[in-house]
Amino acid sequence: MTLPVPTGLNGVPLRPLIEARGVTMRFGGVTAVAGVDFTLGEVELRCLIGPNGAGKSTFFKILTGQLKPTEGRIALRGTDITGAEPHAIARLGVGIKTQVPNVFNGLSVHENVFVAASRRKSLARTRAIVDETLTRLGLTGIARREVGQLAHGQRQWVEIATVLAQEPELILLDEPAAGMTHEEVHRTAALIREINRTHALIVVEHDMPFIRMIAKTVTVFNQGRILVEDEVDAVLADRRVRDVYLGKQAA
Amino acid sequence: MDLAGLLAFNVLTGIATLVLITLGLGVIYGMMRIINLAHGEFMMLGAYTAVMASGAGVNIWIAMLVLPPLVVGVIGLVLERTVIRFLYGRMMDTMLATWGVSLGLIGLVTTLYGNVVRGVSTPVGSFDIGRYGASLYSLVIMATALGALAAMFGLLRFTKFGLILRATMQNPRMAAALGVQPNRIYMATFALGAALAGLAGGILAPISGVSPAMGAAYVARAFITVLGGGPAIITGTGLASGLFGTINELVSFKTTPVIGDVALLAAAILLIRLLPQGITGRYLRRSL
Amino acid sequence: MTPTVFRPSGAGLRSAAGFLATLALGLALLFGAPHTLDTFGLVQCTGFAALAMFGLSQGFVWGFAGVMSFGQAAFLGLGGYAYAVAVLNLGDSTLPVLCAIAVPMLFAALLGYFMFYGRISDAYIGVITLTVSVILFQLVNATSGSQYRIGAAELGGFNGIPAIPALNLPGHPGEPLDTDGIWYAAMGALILVYVVLRAVLASRFGRVVVAIRENETRAQLIGYDPRLYKLLAFTIAAGVAGLAGCLYANWGGFISPTVFGLPMSAQVIIYVLVGGLGTLVGPMLGAVLIQALIITAGSQSVLDSNLGLGLVLVGFVLLVPQGLVPVLRGLSWRLIERRAGKAAPGPLATETAR
Repeated sequence: MTLPVPTGLNGVPLRPLIEARGVTMRFGGVTAVAGVDFTLGEVELRCLIGPNGAGKSTFFKILTGQLKPTEGRIALRGTDITGAEPHAIARLGVGIKTQVPNVFNGLSVHENVFVAASRRKSLARTRAIVDETLTRLGLTGIARREVGQLAHGQRQWVEIATVLAQEPELILLDEPAAGMTHEEVHRTAALIREINRTHALIVVEHDMPFIRMIAKTVTVFNQGRILVEDEVDAVLADRRVRDVYLGKQAA
Repeated sequence: MDLAGLLAFNVLTGIATLVLITLGLGVIYGMMRIINLAHGEFMMLGAYTAVMASGAGVNIWIAMLVLPPLVVGVIGLVLERTVIRFLYGRMMDTMLATWGVSLGLIGLVTTLYGNVVRGVSTPVGSFDIGRYGASLYSLVIMATALGALAAMFGLLRFTKFGLILRATMQNPRMAAALGVQPNRIYMATFALGAALAGLAGGILAPISGVSPAMGAAYVARAFITVLGGGPAIITGTGLASGLFGTINELVSFKTTPVIGDVALLAAAILLIRLLPQGITGRYLRRSL
Repeated sequence: MTPTVFRPSGAGLRSAAGFLATLALGLALLFGAPHTLDTFGLVQCTGFAALAMFGLSQGFVWGFAGVMSFGQAAFLGLGGYAYAVAVLNLGDSTLPVLCAIAVPMLFAALLGYFMFYGRISDAYIGVITLTVSVILFQLVNATSGSQYRIGAAELGGFNGIPAIPALNLPGHPGEPLDTDGIWYAAMGALILVYVVLRAVLASRFGRVVVAIRENETRAQLIGYDPRLYKLLAFTIAAGVAGLAGCLYANWGGFISPTVFGLPMSAQVIIYVLVGGLGTLVGPMLGAVLIQALIITAGSQSVLDSNLGLGLVLVGFVLLVPQGLVPVLRGLSWRLIERRAGKAAPGPLATETAR
């Protein structure tokens, strides 16, 4: 059983891509995230699983600056980003597909991707990125359609396209397969594996077959804490993980 | 010493006035998340009711304290049924619609009674604070403001209606699930807010010129006090009125009333910059 | 209210056609009006042009940036007063025109910084802008008496500033433009501002502004700072309103605190709502329609014009929330496409979903 290597463990000086230390988030009397230590290496793919309310989406919001943690620090390649504005973190190379699709509903697919690609880039470069991204995700046929009129699954793809077009170093995907057809789920898994060749990803998902398709290492959240972190087969065989998924967390 | 006494008296009057002109707006905003831009015109209608009734020989106290809330409450009810209820959940549209109502009421009253300033005489005299004379009517304003606050507190805290109001405020869907019809509640709340605005108009009629456009003089202060006060209607209105009323009166005393209003606004913008959710959004959150 | 218009999706061609048609109509009016209208008519049209520009300002900030500025009259008034005070002091009107644009922009930048960087919500922004305009009204209204003067210009309280010198060609003070000249200046400026705003919206900055209106969170998560973009859009709109104020002061040769008043802010909201939120043509059209209505109402003494304005506002919110231009545009394109569709059924036919 090999744990993912945190900084400096066994004397191996690895600088992680993103590192969270003691991150805690309280809302009034509720502690949504409690003292989470989390490390992700360059070009690593990590899946986060856990029952509803385990704190996964809250953790994503903290990583992207949408929420300021009550306690703890977060560093991106050694730069402290704790409490930074979301746009500042995005500029450092973090992109996120949120749980509820966040897209520009009144704009066309093309414009959605264009706005994401065009920040601080020449027009020619922007156009190249937009064309490439649309082709990659098979959205060229609906490029002129208004996003608000698309089906849920298509909107998810548009959002993934926007995230890719901003060319991030680290990509967070919050339930990318939710509401997709069987075939779309397979395409999404293939896409994630492809992206992972060059980029680091953290994927939150409930769909276990999907997790098996993509995961190497899995981190399990429960009640705001990390319950276990291990290779996918070990995690899915773990009794405690089954327990939290099969009703012991019902309270 | 006498001067300090007079100043303190004026500050209290200012606070009481602010409470009166704000409470109706605060009730509607707090319960329904509707910013009622016709609030000033509801006050104007209250003032007109007082002027008309006392002109028709109705006892001045009834004309000022009883009829305006009744009349304006009914008008509020009618407007809620005919306009506002179609726009629930669309905050901007309700603001626009109430702004339309505001213009319409100004136009209607101008058409009916002309664009002239009317007045009612103050029903009570004055008394002395040392060497200075002060109006007894200010005491009436303070008493009414206190009474209105206390009545609202009692309503929210001790009655079934108040309980339902608070529940609807917390969570409209939950209240609906418990068998409460949010529509009924909203209707009653809007009428209540209108009635409170009517009361403010009625009681302020003797000390302000009564004209179709008089509402504009009050709305800015009322809005900013509601926003400054935050979600808890009574505590928020009370605290924000206390703070802004003091600033307004002290600066007015040193300079002119207009500069006093500017100071009030500046203080309010600063406060909202520091506490975007208002005073009770940050402190005393569980109060009413 | 969610603006549903501005649908560049597949509508690039139509958008360009609409732009060229508007431009052509504007230029036809610019050069045609002095030859067809009498002096009175031309003066009236000059007023329309000034208010249409005011409408553009509101239409831009509200319809495209999604900022609920309910006190746009504050910037109209600041522009008008800045022009009046500067021209009375300087004589030549060139610098005063720039003042009329710069003063409201500075004020908006300051106010906007407080609002947008203070994370004040949309509705609160409406209330605060409205309150600021009311306070400015009260402040200027209280400047009666000769002690309230800026240089040679007496502010005059509720009476306002009379006899404001009209625009002159740069470097020729003392030779103010005549009625025709003011018309060319006002209408020319309106066309120019329209073209500039179109260009701004077509630029990457404009696309980001609209994207933020559509989804602020997403815009943030791809690296844009919504506060900055809103602040810039708010400031640009204030400059446009200021220029409109300058033209307004030129139109009557007079300015009074009513330019700051709530009715003024309400009127411009109505222009945009009637014409169409999320368009630039709509607010201009709305301005002309509503002003024509007010003038008609003013010529009879039975009903107060506020009554009509109020009914129009409530009616449009309840019944035609998208405004006239989008409705008419949709209708006309559908008609054209139906005809074209018979001849050659093209991909365009599927585009008019709404």
